[in-house]
Amino acid sequence: MSLMEVKSLEMTYRDEEVATPVLRGLTFQINKGEFVAVMGPSGSGKSTLLHILGFLERQTGGEYLFENKQTNEYSEEDIARIRNKKLGFVFQSFNLLPRTEVLENVKLPLLYSGLKEEVWDGMAREAIEAVGLSHRTNFEPSQLSGGEKQRVAIARALVNNPEVIFADEPTGNLDSKSGEVVMEIIEKLHSEMGHTVILITHETYTAEYAERIIRLRDGMVESDTKVLNRRTGKKFTK
Amino acid sequence: MMPFYHAAKIAFAGLKTNKTRSALTILGIVIGVTAIIMVVSLGQGAKNLILGQIEGIGARTIGIIPGRQPKGPTDILATLTASLKTRDLVALGRKENVPHAEDIMPIVFGSETASYEGETYRPTIFGGNELMADIYDAYPERGRNISADDVRASADVVVLGPTVIERLSPDHDLLGKRIKIKGRNFLVIGILPKKGGASFINFDEMALMPYTTAQNYIFGIKHFNRVAVRADNEANVASTVEDIKATLRELHGITDPDKDDFGVETQADALKTVGTILSTLTVFLAMVAAISLVVGGVGIMNIMLVSVTDRTREIGLRKALGATNGNILAQFLLEAVILTGIGGIVGILLGAGLSFGISLAISNLFGLAWTFTFPAGAAFLGIVISTIVGLIFGLYPAQKAAAKSPIEALRYE
Repeated sequence: MSLMEVKSLEMTYRDEEVATPVLRGLTFQINKGEFVAVMGPSGSGKSTLLHILGFLERQTGGEYLFENKQTNEYSEEDIARIRNKKLGFVFQSFNLLPRTEVLENVKLPLLYSGLKEEVWDGMAREAIEAVGLSHRTNFEPSQLSGGEKQRVAIARALVNNPEVIFADEPTGNLDSKSGEVVMEIIEKLHSEMGHTVILITHETYTAEYAERIIRLRDGMVESDTKVLNRRTGKKFTK
Repeated sequence: MMPFYHAAKIAFAGLKTNKTRSALTILGIVIGVTAIIMVVSLGQGAKNLILGQIEGIGARTIGIIPGRQPKGPTDILATLTASLKTRDLVALGRKENVPHAEDIMPIVFGSETASYEGETYRPTIFGGNELMADIYDAYPERGRNISADDVRASADVVVLGPTVIERLSPDHDLLGKRIKIKGRNFLVIGILPKKGGASFINFDEMALMPYTTAQNYIFGIKHFNRVAVRADNEANVASTVEDIKATLRELHGITDPDKDDFGVETQADALKTVGTILSTLTVFLAMVAAISLVVGGVGIMNIMLVSVTDRTREIGLRKALGATNGNILAQFLLEAVILTGIGGIVGILLGAGLSFGISLAISNLFGLAWTFTFPAGAAFLGIVISTIVGLIFGLYPAQKAAAKSPIEALRYE
């Protein structure tokens, strides 16, 4: 079942009459439950693609269908609601609120969810449990290691039980051991919890956790291949 | 839409993570509100004190002044004349003319040199009758008051204020001694207690004598500088004023009230005048203080703008996690309003505390009946104005925050 579909997707940045095309006609489809890695050298447009798929930016050309609906006409309010309910983000630089304890950081998306406050605590604790950080619930980000910070960010992305989790270079700021732990968790979100995961990376070893790799070059799809998942050996099937 | 208390909670959390900055931000508002509360509270204290002292003279007392009274600040034709004489006194004293006039006292005053064994001083000569002590609460501390007989006889007797005594003879008791005023010997029959300059009329520097003596031997005049009339009770003051006017107009052959050659003033008028002056002054000063609130507001805007830039990542993150533009606007606007609101409350407490301390100091150091008043109206206004200042000056930074694109915000390093 198609979750996201782009047709001839284009993105051109304009700065003082100078047009810089970043995405030049991408067409592909991502199904519910897939684990897709988007790879490519810097400047290939992979971050821009994630921003468009994650409703952080709007494309300048082509179509983007989310759950089979055109997204062009979505209002700012609609988009905020989709970001809140359907999407979870994990950034390279963690983006945790400083001087705010782990529990409160994880609760952040719930503040905008319209859910009753009584359930926030339970949901946040569950998400923290899922990334194995229950013993750090009341710590502040400055007291955590890089790997732990990223796991808090994953818990925050999980807390609203979203459809898709976007991870933008999640291991970019981590040492290889912490990166491995983080990737194991992201992989589990996919394999055990059934989340769709879209991973942006330029490291092959990180991409190996995915079932499908979309390679971008100069704003176009260079290749789109199904691969063996490193952990399960399960092959992606349509 | 997010419930209000969630928005308030987010705003509070934002402020708590930046305690020092938050505290510095509200300083301007705190100072502004403190200034307003102090000005209004101390203004009210001064007003109460002065009104209290005027009331001490007696709300029943009516003053008649000779001459056409100025109708306004530009009326320079008003002149002092000798329009009040003994026949007026007699007419006013008739019950059929002014039924509620209980006491009538003519007054003459001026300066004249007094001397005692070579020492000289120029006191204010105040000529009245036997009612003087009662009307002005000027009873001698020692000796006796001027009597009706003294007045009838134009007796050469004088009651001296303490300053006069100090100047003329610091070492000797002058009671029962004779001093010279305008070359004439006067027997000192009484000495007034020291009241200090805080009284409405300063009797410390006066020499009191029968008005007849002052008229005949000191000033050489036949008229009075003023006539004090005391109504039998406060309720009759207004009708007594009208009776006085009618009597004098008839006696002086005046038909047009604009051509009155005398003026009548009551304690109520004096109270009103002083009250108006002090209220105007207080309002003016409070407005000056209120300007500092606007300055405080500009400070808030400045810091909020810095804060918005500082927290660009946070704004982007919140948007990525599902915050709408409205949520972000509400958060920053609420932060500004909470800041100014807290500033207002702190200012009120500080202002009230300082005013209380100053009131206490004034009443203890100067021995005045100064009372502390908490200006509830000004406090309420202070809160309202500081909240409005927060809304106005918080709006622009909040709009700037809300307009940030999540991508720009997340990229910002």
